[in-house]
Amino acid sequence: MSQTSQIKADAVAGEAEQAVELIGVNKWYGDFHVLRDINLSVRRGERIVVCGPSGSGKSTMIRCINRLEEHQKGRIIVDGIELTNDLKRIDEVRREVGMVFQHFNLFPHLTILENCTLAPMWVRKMPKKEAEEVAMHFLTKVKIPEQAGKYPGQLSGGQQQRVAIARALCMRPRIMLFDEPTSALDPEMVKEVLDTMVSLANEGMTMLCVTHEMGFARQVADRVIFMDAGQIIEMNEPEPFFSNPQHERTRLFLSQILH
Amino acid sequence: MTTAQNPVSYVAPTDLLKPEPAPVSDRGAYGWARAHLFGSVGQVLLTLFGILVVLAVVPPMVRFFITDAVFIGTNREACLPETVGRPVGACWPFIAAKWNQILYGFYPADERWRVNVVYGLGVVLLIPLLIPRAPYKRTNALAFFGIYPLISFVLLTGGDLDMRSFVLGWIGLDFGVTASANGLRLTFWLQFLVVTLLAMASGMALAPVFGGERRAVALGILKAFAVVGIVMLAMDFDFGLPQVETRQWGGLLVTLVIAVTGIVASLPLGILLALGRRSELPLVKYSSIIFIEFWRGVPLITVLFFATYMLPLFLPGRFTIDGLLRALVGVALFASAYMAEVVRGGLQAIPKGQYEGAMAVGLRSGLMMRLVILPQALKLVIPGIVNNFIGLFKDTTLVLIVSIFDLLGILRASFTDPAWATPTTLFTGFGFAGLVYFVFCYGMSRYSMALERRLDRNQRH
Repeated sequence: MSQTSQIKADAVAGEAEQAVELIGVNKWYGDFHVLRDINLSVRRGERIVVCGPSGSGKSTMIRCINRLEEHQKGRIIVDGIELTNDLKRIDEVRREVGMVFQHFNLFPHLTILENCTLAPMWVRKMPKKEAEEVAMHFLTKVKIPEQAGKYPGQLSGGQQQRVAIARALCMRPRIMLFDEPTSALDPEMVKEVLDTMVSLANEGMTMLCVTHEMGFARQVADRVIFMDAGQIIEMNEPEPFFSNPQHERTRLFLSQILH
Repeated sequence: MTTAQNPVSYVAPTDLLKPEPAPVSDRGAYGWARAHLFGSVGQVLLTLFGILVVLAVVPPMVRFFITDAVFIGTNREACLPETVGRPVGACWPFIAAKWNQILYGFYPADERWRVNVVYGLGVVLLIPLLIPRAPYKRTNALAFFGIYPLISFVLLTGGDLDMRSFVLGWIGLDFGVTASANGLRLTFWLQFLVVTLLAMASGMALAPVFGGERRAVALGILKAFAVVGIVMLAMDFDFGLPQVETRQWGGLLVTLVIAVTGIVASLPLGILLALGRRSELPLVKYSSIIFIEFWRGVPLITVLFFATYMLPLFLPGRFTIDGLLRALVGVALFASAYMAEVVRGGLQAIPKGQYEGAMAVGLRSGLMMRLVILPQALKLVIPGIVNNFIGLFKDTTLVLIVSIFDLLGILRASFTDPAWATPTTLFTGFGFAGLVYFVFCYGMSRYSMALERRLDRNQRH
C-alpha cells in the first residue's frame, strides 16, 4: 500500500475516534522541559479551553497539534493521522486543522479576500471563482464582507482577527486551534471576536482555545484545562472547575485572574 | 466663556467656529520661501552657499555643452578654436560621426538591422511590462524573459551553432550518420532523442523510490527536454543569417547585453542563493555561503581577467568558450552573490508569524516562500535591489580591460582617431558617455521609486 493511501486509511479509521489525542507528549527547548507527559483526548465537536500562567506550555501544546512545534517524545494523533516527520502527514493534518494566532498573522501584501482564497486555491486546488465564493461566505459569517477589498493594515485589530478566523475556516477545517486570540486586542474589540468564536462553537466545531477569557470558557467550553510548569494540573467541566477547583495551583491562579 | 477663562468646566457655544484662512505670512511664495529658505540665520547662510555653488557650476557647463559648443561639421577642423575664431566647447559632430560605432561597435554595416530589431523588440516588450496597468502580464513576461533572449541570440550571433554531439557523442556513440539539413545534424538530434527516451525510462523506473507517479514523472521529464530541445533547435537552425562574432560587437549593444543579462540573471540566482543560505540542509547552506563569500571576496576585474586569460589555460585542447559569454557569466555570478545578500536582508525582516500563518493554512515551504514570504521580502529591499542593478550597469564598463568594447570602450577607442583630434574631443566623449549612463541609471532609480510608492499605497498600514 502506498503512503498516501495509508494516510487516508488512517484517517478513515479515525472517523469514529477522537479528534485529537496526545499520549505521553514531552518537549524540550534545549534543556528546558516545556511539556511534561501531556495526555489529552479531545472528542469530535468538543470545545476545550486551556488556561494557565505564561510559560506554562499551553501555547506550545496546541502548536504541537499542527506541528508548528515538534514534540520529542510521545504520540500526537490528529483526526486519525499520527504526526511524524513524514511531510505528507504534516500537510494532511494542517489541511484539517485551522489556527488563529494572537497577532493575527494575516498576509499584509494581500487583500482580505486574497488572504482567504490563497490556501484554498493553492493547497486545495480550488478554482478562483469558487474560492472567492467560499471566502465571501465566511467573511459574511464573521460580519465583514464589505472589507473584502481592503488590506489588513487598513482594518482594526478586532476586524483583523475576524478575518484570520474566516481565513482559517475557508480551508474547511475539522478542528480549530486558537492561541490567545483576544490578548492583543483593544478591550472594546474583544467582544466581537468572542462572539464570532461562540457562534462557531455553537455550530459544533471541535475547538481548542488558549485564552484567559473566563466568561467565554463558562459559556461554551465543554472542558477547561489548567496548565502549569508544562503539565496539565487540572481538567474539569467549567462549572465544577470554577466553583470548586481541586488543586492548590488552580485555586491560586483563579483567585489571581478572577479578582 | 472660553476654556481660557475657566479651565475646569466648559461647553462649546451652539455656533461652532468657522474655518479661517491661514495668516498671510504662511501662504504663497512668500510663505514658502520664509519656511524653506530664510527661516533662520543658518538657513540664510545655506541658501546663499547654495546659490554660489549653482552659479559656479551651472553657467560654465551650459557654456561648454551648449553656447560655446560646435554642432555642425565633418571633421576636426570644425572644432578647432583657430578655425572657429572663438573658444570652443563640446565638439558634437564627433559624437555624430561616431554614432554608428557607439550604437553597434564594429557590427557589420549590412547586418545592423538585426541589432535594431533587437533594440526595438526589447523596448516594445519591456515598456508594457513596466506599466502596472498594461494587460497580459504573464504572456508579456514569458515573451520578454523566455522568447526574447532566444530571438536576440539568433539575431545577434546569426544562430546556426552547428551542434554535433549530445551526451552520447562524448562517449563515442554517434550512430555513424553524417546527414544534415538546414544546419541541423541528424546525429545530434538522434542522440538527443535517445537521451530523452533514456531519461524518461529511468525517471519511470526510479519514480516510486522517490514517491512520485510514473506517468507524471515521465511527462515532466518529456516537457523539460522539449523546452531544451526547442531552445537548441532555434540556436542550431540555419536561418541564413551571416555569422557575426562577438568580437565585432560593441558600444551600447555590448553595454546593454551585459547589463540586461546580468540584471535578469542575478535576481533569480540571488533569490535562490539567499534561500539556500537560510536552508536547514547543511550541504545547500554551506555551498551557498561558500559561493556568495567567494564571489563577494574577489574584485570584478579579477573575475573578468581570470575568465578571459586564465580559464583557457585550464580548459582542455580545442575547447573554447566565446569571450563575451565568459564575461557575461562572470558578471552574472558576481552580481548574484551581491543580490543574494540584499534578498537575505529582506527575508530576515519578515516576522516569524508570517511563516507560521502560512504553514498553519497548509502551504508547503515552496509555496509559502513564493506566495507569502518573498513578495514581502522583495518589496522591502527594492531600494537595495535597484542599487545593485545600477551598480552593475556601471560596472559593465570594466569589460574594457578584457578587450570587449562597450560604450565607454568604443568612445575611448574613438579618441585616438586623428581625424577628430581636437582639444575638446575627450571632454565631449566623456560628457556624452556620462549622459547616457545617467539616463539609464536615473531611469531605473525613478522607476523603482514609483514602484515602491505604488506597492506602499496598496497596503498602507
